[in-house]
Amino acid sequence: MNPIVKSVGLRKSYGAFEALKGIDLEIERGEVLCIVGPSGSGKSTFLRCINQLEAVDGGALWVNGELVGYRRTGHKLFELSEREIARQRLATGMVFQRFNLFPHKTALDNVIEGPVQVLKLERKKAELEAHELLARVGLSDKCGAYPIALSGGQQQRVAIARALAMKPALMLFDEPTSALDPELVGEVLSVMRDLARTGMTMIVVTHELGFAREVANRVLFMDQGLVVESGSPEQVLGRPTQARTRDFISAVLS
Amino acid sequence: MSGRDDLAEDISQFEHVRRKHVGRYVSGAVIAALAAWVVMAFAHGGIEWAFVGRYLTVHSIVAGLGNTVLMTALAMLLGVSIGVTVAIMRLSANPVINWAAAAYVWFFRGTPVLLQLLLWFNLALVFPTLGIPGLVELPTVEVMTPFLAALLGLGINQGAYTSEVVRAGLLSVDKGQYEAAKAIGMPRLQALRRIILPQAMRVIVPPIGNELIGMVKLTSLASVIQFPEIVYSAENIYYANNRVIELLIVAGIWYVVVVTVLSALQARIERYFARGAGVSDAITRTGN
Ligand SMILES: Nc1ncnc2c1ncn2[C@@H]1O[C@H](COP(=O)(O)OP(=O)(O)O)[C@@H](O)[C@H]1O
Ligand SMILES: [Mg+2]
Repeated sequence: MNPIVKSVGLRKSYGAFEALKGIDLEIERGEVLCIVGPSGSGKSTFLRCINQLEAVDGGALWVNGELVGYRRTGHKLFELSEREIARQRLATGMVFQRFNLFPHKTALDNVIEGPVQVLKLERKKAELEAHELLARVGLSDKCGAYPIALSGGQQQRVAIARALAMKPALMLFDEPTSALDPELVGEVLSVMRDLARTGMTMIVVTHELGFAREVANRVLFMDQGLVVESGSPEQVLGRPTQARTRDFISAVLS
Repeated sequence: MSGRDDLAEDISQFEHVRRKHVGRYVSGAVIAALAAWVVMAFAHGGIEWAFVGRYLTVHSIVAGLGNTVLMTALAMLLGVSIGVTVAIMRLSANPVINWAAAAYVWFFRGTPVLLQLLLWFNLALVFPTLGIPGLVELPTVEVMTPFLAALLGLGINQGAYTSEVVRAGLLSVDKGQYEAAKAIGMPRLQALRRIILPQAMRVIVPPIGNELIGMVKLTSLASVIQFPEIVYSAENIYYANNRVIELLIVAGIWYVVVVTVLSALQARIERYFARGAGVSDAITRTGN
């Protein structure tokens, strides 16, 4: 089957600064890819290009079989309308570092917002599914709680349930545990580990090398807008060939 | 003084004596004296209080009050609708839409509302007829009644101010909220309506409540274009009987009543939109 993400020479600039300098990458369905790398290396930018929170400046990107952001007609690429971009985004679910739950909605309402408002699912049915999802992330008893009443770990688990409720083909995680107190990291990683076991395709930007080693099929090391090294977790994290990778890993582990 | 004794002695069982709030008693006395003086002055002045009581509920005053309340509600509704629309336009990526919205705010904030009321009311001087060419055509003097002129003048002016309040509210919402809404597949307008605007309301409602209360009183300007709100009604009565101060007091009493009711309502609405924000409690409960 064709890859779920295919990136060819992907470039992205913020003004004169080039955050992505040509990313070539294919991700297969069912794969769990962990992206590691120093701060500012372009990891978030790459995820944000995949679900079009940023528009790409060069190269091409396919997600779930569709060219991202453009429609090809003959030898021309026509920019998609905002509605079409919103539709393309449905292929991906995004989990943010700062959770970004809707604070004016309860946990349950956060989860059903997308299914009801975007997928036009019947409310009763959406609630049923949301209850199941919240149970899956261990939060059956928090359905009626507003985000402010939840711990960071609980908020992030609700955020995962909210993304899953849209039934995405691909889940993107941007440092999902970086904003958490150390004792809350485990509960979120455990939900992600379970999710990986169900065969969900996942791209996870993380500094949790233990998680990467255990769960990832592949680890990618990025630096200064480029992929420096990629391969199995044992290879990239255990026997890195590049000096930059070695330096980064020893810095994280120390 | 006795710091060393405290350490030596067990004082944990001692009675706690609260601070004496001397300032409260002094300020209370001063204000009470001032209030008494004002009450005395009015009681001994040349005001027929019996008259005030009698005119408080006469038909034309009550009808005027009704018009004041109605105009406040309609003008505010128009103002908020325009305000929300223009605020969203000002945040649009389309430069034409952006510019048009900015021009609207510039013009209507730049001129006095009294002048705008007079302009609307005298629109016939510029456009003798109004309508859609070839379909309907009506003489402007018939269309532009005092009611319509007041509504347009007050509402459109209010929209310019409200749009700035709404814009500030929209900008106060964390950018991550907009991204989260997009990430679950919402197009821009849906994200604004479902996610951003409800959160912005927490910031928007208090100043809008303030402006609503301002509007109650601003409607009195419509008396100059013969819209029969409460001041106009009061004037009409005192032109006939010369009880100027009594009738102005009647109108004043009704304004205070309406504003008091609205203030109470405002508190409840603010509490509703603060849900999940967890700020209002923290601020309002620091009462010591
Ligand atoms: N909106 C933006 N405007 C300008 N520069 C940005 C913006 N977002 C990211 N950058 C820059 O792009 C680079 C890559 O950022 P990012 O993808 O967030 O890195 P990472 O997630 O790997 O830490 C950084 O140098 C950052 O400062
Ligand atoms: Mg990042």
